Amino acid sequence: MNIMHSSSSGRYLNWFSFSSPATFYPLAARLTPFFWGLSILFGIVGLWISFFVAPADAVQGDGYRIIFIHVPASWMSMVIYMAMAMWAALGLIFNTRLSAMMAQALAPTGALMAFLSLWTGAFWGKPMWGAWWVWDARLTSELILLFLFLGFMALQASIDDPRRADKAGAILALVGVVNVPIIYFSVTWWNTLHQGASVSMSKAPAMAHTMLWGMLLMTMCFWMYTIALALMRVRAIILERESHSDWVKTLKELRA
Amino acid sequence: MNAFFAIIHREVLLVLRRKSEALTVLFFFLIVTSLFPLGIGADVALLRKIAPGVIWVAALLSTILGLQRLFASDYADGTLEQMALSPTPFVLLVGGKITAHWLLCGLPLVFLAPFIGIQFDLDLETLRTLILALLLGTPILSLIGAIGAALTLGVRGGGVLLSLLVLPLYIPVLIFGAGAVFATSAGLDVGGHFSLLAALLVLAIAFAPWATTAALRIAIE
Amino acid sequence: MIWNSVAEFFVMGGYALYVWSSFGMCALILIGELWAVRSRRKVVVQRLQRQIHAEKLDKEENH
Repeated sequence: MNIMHSSSSGRYLNWFSFSSPATFYPLAARLTPFFWGLSILFGIVGLWISFFVAPADAVQGDGYRIIFIHVPASWMSMVIYMAMAMWAALGLIFNTRLSAMMAQALAPTGALMAFLSLWTGAFWGKPMWGAWWVWDARLTSELILLFLFLGFMALQASIDDPRRADKAGAILALVGVVNVPIIYFSVTWWNTLHQGASVSMSKAPAMAHTMLWGMLLMTMCFWMYTIALALMRVRAIILERESHSDWVKTLKELRA
Repeated sequence: MNAFFAIIHREVLLVLRRKSEALTVLFFFLIVTSLFPLGIGADVALLRKIAPGVIWVAALLSTILGLQRLFASDYADGTLEQMALSPTPFVLLVGGKITAHWLLCGLPLVFLAPFIGIQFDLDLETLRTLILALLLGTPILSLIGAIGAALTLGVRGGGVLLSLLVLPLYIPVLIFGAGAVFATSAGLDVGGHFSLLAALLVLAIAFAPWATTAALRIAIE
Repeated sequence: MIWNSVAEFFVMGGYALYVWSSFGMCALILIGELWAVRSRRKVVVQRLQRQIHAEKLDKEENH
């Protein structure tokens, strides 16, 4: 009996027996509150550090506090894309529906994280460097990542047959994952070529210890939130897609 | 190998019978590049500056237009299924179709580009770089685009969806290709750009046909 | 405590618009997504409840 262990990146243990939607559905329900609890805990401590422990920056004053949202959102958008591609690949290799549903469940959160990264980037850039948008390498790459998420979601939404949508989405996600480093490299190259304004998001304030802790804790908060939300969303997806199976029809919560 | 060339021969014949299909792509390329001076003004210095970007973006968009036809008609009349079932490796036949697409949609852009370059007042050196960069870049566009065409085969709203999927993937080619032309016009060295374009081409040849074939099988089954 | 008053906290050293727009959008997204997923679940649960009820009535009718 094979046991697939998760790596240390926050994914849960996943035995093959749990790869059937019927057994995973109740498991997800039990896990969800646990991750919400962790998210709230990390969030409270993270926000406390962001606002009440980290001192004002010498150059950027209190405006720099936006990094406590901006950096975690950027990191999460990339982590989610990797996780999404991984689940999609697993679904393709092992032909498991649940893995593909997991990828589907992660995509919207990933897109929103990318959007949040861009939004906070703009609101950070405006007071600091005078422009709502700068074509800095990391912001531009983040924009392209948003397009990749939207493309994945659009492709799945346009294909009627769910299994075909799963597999096509998986191929797209894998092609995307190979391209992300290439895109990032090319955008960095482009940015150094066309050195217009010499502004860069990476000219963040020199990291004090507390700032790093704040960012780390907020990242953990977003991570636990993502997992909790993905578990909730995948349960809805399972109900939508498995509606004709016996185990769904006999679910307690569906007795009118 | 015979099958590979047979497919190319077939594709070319089919397009020659309906020349309008290929010609509309070329006219699109010409029209789009003409729009920019009309929209921005005839300031020659400015046009020279934006030429690399404009010509490359127009090339991307024109390629995407041509991609929609790549598998659609064969999918509709069952020929694609026959190709998948044939004893010849499917990937070889798909490779043939992609090559034919480049010969019919990409290569003509390479020939047209110098004329457009002249419209934008580019000098001879820059024109040479433009042709070489497009020569390296357009196959990459056909290869990556084929993946998108296969994924969106027979899907509602396929054309626009294809653009949404493929354009982000085209960005590195755009950056290095337009960058090379811009560098030449600024008198800088282009060795790096061309090496990177060549690397992308090798990567695309190595992976794209397989990804496209996998996507086609998913669409057919 | 690094803030001398509640008012100072809200002003954020002059960067109030930017800081609160950022944290505000974050809160909006987090809460909005949660609401969206719950509503998606409610829609499918209600649909399935109606479906199961209808099938039950069908079965009773045919006996």
